[in-house]
Amino acid sequence: MCLGIPGKVIEKYGDDALPMSKVDFGGVQKEVCLAYTPEVEIGDYVIVHVGFAISVIDEAEAQEIFSYLQEIEEQEMEGMTNDEERMTKE
Amino acid sequence: MRYLDEYRRPEHVRQLAAAVRAATTRPWCIMEICGGQTHTIVRFGLDELLPREITLIHGPGCPVCVTPVEMLDKAVAVAERPEVIFCSFGDMLRVPASTKDLLTVKSEGGDVRIVYSPMDAVALAQKHPDRQVVFFAVGFETTAPANALAVARAAALGLTNFSVLVSHVLVPPAIRAVLASPSNRVQGFLAAGHVCTVMGVEEYRPLADEFRAPIVVTGFEPVDILQGVLMCVKQLETGRHDVEIQYARAVRPEGNPPAIRQIGEVFQCVPRKWRGIGEIPASGLALREKYAAFDAERRFAVETVTAEESPECIAGEILQGHKTPHDCPAFALRCTPEKPLGAPMVSTEGACAAYYRYRKRQAVKSPLRAPTAGWSGRGLG
Ligand code: SF4
Repeated sequence: MCLGIPGKVIEKYGDDALPMSKVDFGGVQKEVCLAYTPEVEIGDYVIVHVGFAISVIDEAEAQEIFSYLQEIEEQEMEGMTNDEERMTKE
Repeated sequence: MRYLDEYRRPEHVRQLAAAVRAATTRPWCIMEICGGQTHTIVRFGLDELLPREITLIHGPGCPVCVTPVEMLDKAVAVAERPEVIFCSFGDMLRVPASTKDLLTVKSEGGDVRIVYSPMDAVALAQKHPDRQVVFFAVGFETTAPANALAVARAAALGLTNFSVLVSHVLVPPAIRAVLASPSNRVQGFLAAGHVCTVMGVEEYRPLADEFRAPIVVTGFEPVDILQGVLMCVKQLETGRHDVEIQYARAVRPEGNPPAIRQIGEVFQCVPRKWRGIGEIPASGLALREKYAAFDAERRFAVETVTAEESPECIAGEILQGHKTPHDCPAFALRCTPEKPLGAPMVSTEGACAAYYRYRKRQAVKSPLRAPTAGWSGRGLG
């Protein structure tokens, strides 16, 4: 029950008292209540727990870790090239 | 799937494991609080990718595991009543109560149904006005907003045949209990990301300060967990004890204010007994007096005798991080997912079930381990 899964909002319906949506989880679609994330738009990704969207995924934040990893990798590559240069000089 | 697959890529996992190795100079004990995180760690063998100095300790964050036997006995007693449709999340059905589990009640003719959302139970109550529909409201802060709204909705609809059997638990008091224990070894925490999407992070700051323990709010995929460990290790190595958010794509510091409001409207904080651990002050939620009419315990006045646990089960020590499933003499022998002796073997979030599935024998290789030796940040030098 604790498992929260990310899915894409593909349809919105219901009223203000009970805003509802259809959310796609990699091909499987489920009815999800938007009472706690009424601001979501179609196409947004939400984290769903027991039929409720409790958070909207922030795309910019989601990319952060990959930019960080990229950075480490570039630093490492640089390190390698420096090493190579040193070796050729020696 | 988007927001899942990219957080499982082996090259990212290895890169982060290398970064943890590079950052670690001394031994550290870190507890992941949530059973979902334990599951990821054991499934992908993440602990085996970490340097020897880092010990990951599995925490009590599995609601199925910590729901007290007395409460399960009550559930069984209510579910056995002929007028009742008893609705529960699927993972509660096989948890052993003192005499039987809910699945047995069902096989004996009880009307026990698995629902995906508590709103499904409300819909059932609308559809069957001649029956009593009871929902087993368990879980952490993640299921509380859903369960609170189900009660509020039933009240708004004027339903008189809907009630909830509440056994909600809260994460911060459990962290406090772990840190305050005289035998505590835990120096830093990975807090449960989804709990914090609801509640935010403010409750964790006083804990981090008082016990001088870093708390990193972490997600559930391999990349999340290793980044969480990295952030925690960096704090430990530099003597900091801040609350940081690794899972920033879903967690805002203030949490989800409408959800917090709805929880506060329906529930109040109470002491709760945790299975295998004992009572923890202010660690649970119960219905407010205003919603007493929806309380299944009052409606059905169920009495329970103090329940017996299997004497062999060491779940309490596992849930507190003192032991691992491999330390249990019954593990995989007399206790299996088909015939569980204790709750941690039932739930997919339970440590014993995760070990049974992925680590029946002590040494298994991580599927993410580098195929060639020496792939690490250091190896490149
Ligand atoms: S393996 Fe079974 S008996 Fe042993 S601690 Fe886990 S649940 Fe209890």
